[in-house]
Amino acid sequence: MSAVENAGNASVERVWQLLETVADPEIPVLSIVDLGIVRYVRTAADGRLRVGLTPTYSGCPATAAIRSAARSALDAAGFADAALEEVLAPPWSSDWVSPDGRAKLAAFGIAPPPDRAAALSAMPQLRCPRCGSPATERVSEFGSTPCKAHYRCNACREPFDHFKCI
Amino acid sequence: MSAAAEVPAGGDAALEAARLRYVLRLADTSLVLGQRLGEWVGHAPALEEDLGLANLALDLIGQARLLLGYAAELEGRGRDEDALAFLRDAPQFLNLTLAEQPNGDFADTIVRQWLIDAWQLEIYTGLSGSADGRLAAIAAKSLKETRYHYRFSGGWLTRLGDGTDESHARTQRALESLWRFTEELFAPDEVDERMSAAGIAPPLAEAGARWRERIAADLRRATLPCPARQPHPWHGKRGVHTEYLGHLLAEMQHLQRTYPGARW
Repeated sequence: MSAVENAGNASVERVWQLLETVADPEIPVLSIVDLGIVRYVRTAADGRLRVGLTPTYSGCPATAAIRSAARSALDAAGFADAALEEVLAPPWSSDWVSPDGRAKLAAFGIAPPPDRAAALSAMPQLRCPRCGSPATERVSEFGSTPCKAHYRCNACREPFDHFKCI
Repeated sequence: MSAAAEVPAGGDAALEAARLRYVLRLADTSLVLGQRLGEWVGHAPALEEDLGLANLALDLIGQARLLLGYAAELEGRGRDEDALAFLRDAPQFLNLTLAEQPNGDFADTIVRQWLIDAWQLEIYTGLSGSADGRLAAIAAKSLKETRYHYRFSGGWLTRLGDGTDESHARTQRALESLWRFTEELFAPDEVDERMSAAGIAPPLAEAGARWRERIAADLRRATLPCPARQPHPWHGKRGVHTEYLGHLLAEMQHLQRTYPGARW
C-alpha cells in the first residue's frame, strides 16, 4: 500500500479516511478498507488521484455496488476527478482483512478468517462467535454470500457464518 | 474503470487470432458450466448443496466475465462481455463439450464438476505464469476459487463413490457416461500449440499427464475404477457441439434475444 509513501499528501490521507466510511453492502459493519479491497490511493504524475479497488471473489455481486458507493463518496467529498481503477493482481486474499476488520466481524457474529489462509486444505477449528466454545462444526463450505461458509456451534446450538479463507 | 492490457503491441495476426480463440474457450467453458450449475438452484438434494452449487456458478460466471471482457478488447469490434455472452450462436461458442452436458442427477453433476475443476487447476496453475499479463492475473485469481471448488467436488466424489451401493452405482454410471468427453480437455490443436509456443498457455500434454494422475488417485479414494482412454471425436472448443448447448443458450439468451439491449 502506498499510504506511507504518500504520508505528506493531505488529499491521499483524506481519501483513505473517506473510504473507511464506505461500508461493504453485504457485511455493513466492515468498511471497504477493513476488507482489504482498497489497494492504493495515490497521486499520479498528472496530479490526479488514483484509487485501486480489487474484487474479493470474481463473481461477487457486491463488486459493482462497492465501486458505485466509492464513486459516490468521492464525488460528494469533492474528489470527482479521482480515478477508480480495477486491480486484479495480486488476487485478493482473506489475509488482507485488517485486524480491526476481524474484530468487527467477530462482534457481528461472523467467525473471522484465521490469520493465514495458506493452509486452505486444513479446516480451521473455529470458536463460536456467540459463546466462544471451540466445539463447532462445518455445515457447508458455502454460505449466504460468496465470502462465507456455514457452521454451527455444538455448545450453544446456534448456527453462524464463517468468513472463508482464500 | 480500466485495467491495463498487457498485450504486446503489434505481434503477428495469427498469434492474436489464436489468443482470442484461446481466451474465448476458457471464458465459454466457465460461462456454460456456470449456467448449467445455476439450473440446480431450488432443486439440489439439500439446501447446503443448493447454496454450494450456486456459489460455484457465481464464481464461474465471474471468471467468465473477466475473460469475456478481455476477449472483447482483443476482438476490438465494439462488442462487450454481454454481447459475447448473449448474442453469439452455438457454433461461435468454444467451450469444452463436457461443460455443456446436462445436469442429470447429483452424481452426474458432481462427476462433471470434479473433472472440470481438476482441469482448471492445471490450466490456471500454468496460466498464472503466462507471458500474457492479463491472463496471468485472471488465472491467479480464478485458481484460488478453483481450489475451493475442487475440494467440494472431490469431497463429494469420495462420499458418493465410497458411499452406499446406490450412490456408488450412480457415480460409476456418471463417470462412464461423461468419460468420453475428457480426451478433448488435453488434446492440443493449432490454437493450443501456438499459445504454448508463445509462452502464453501451459503445454497441454504435460498438464494432461498431471490431470490423469490426480484423477486416478481421486478415483482410487472413491473406490471407482478408472475408465480406459477413448478416441477423441468431440470438438466443442472448435465450435462443434452436442445438441445440449443450443437448448442451454436458448434459455440463457432469451431475454436479450427477445428484448435487445434490455437492462435492469
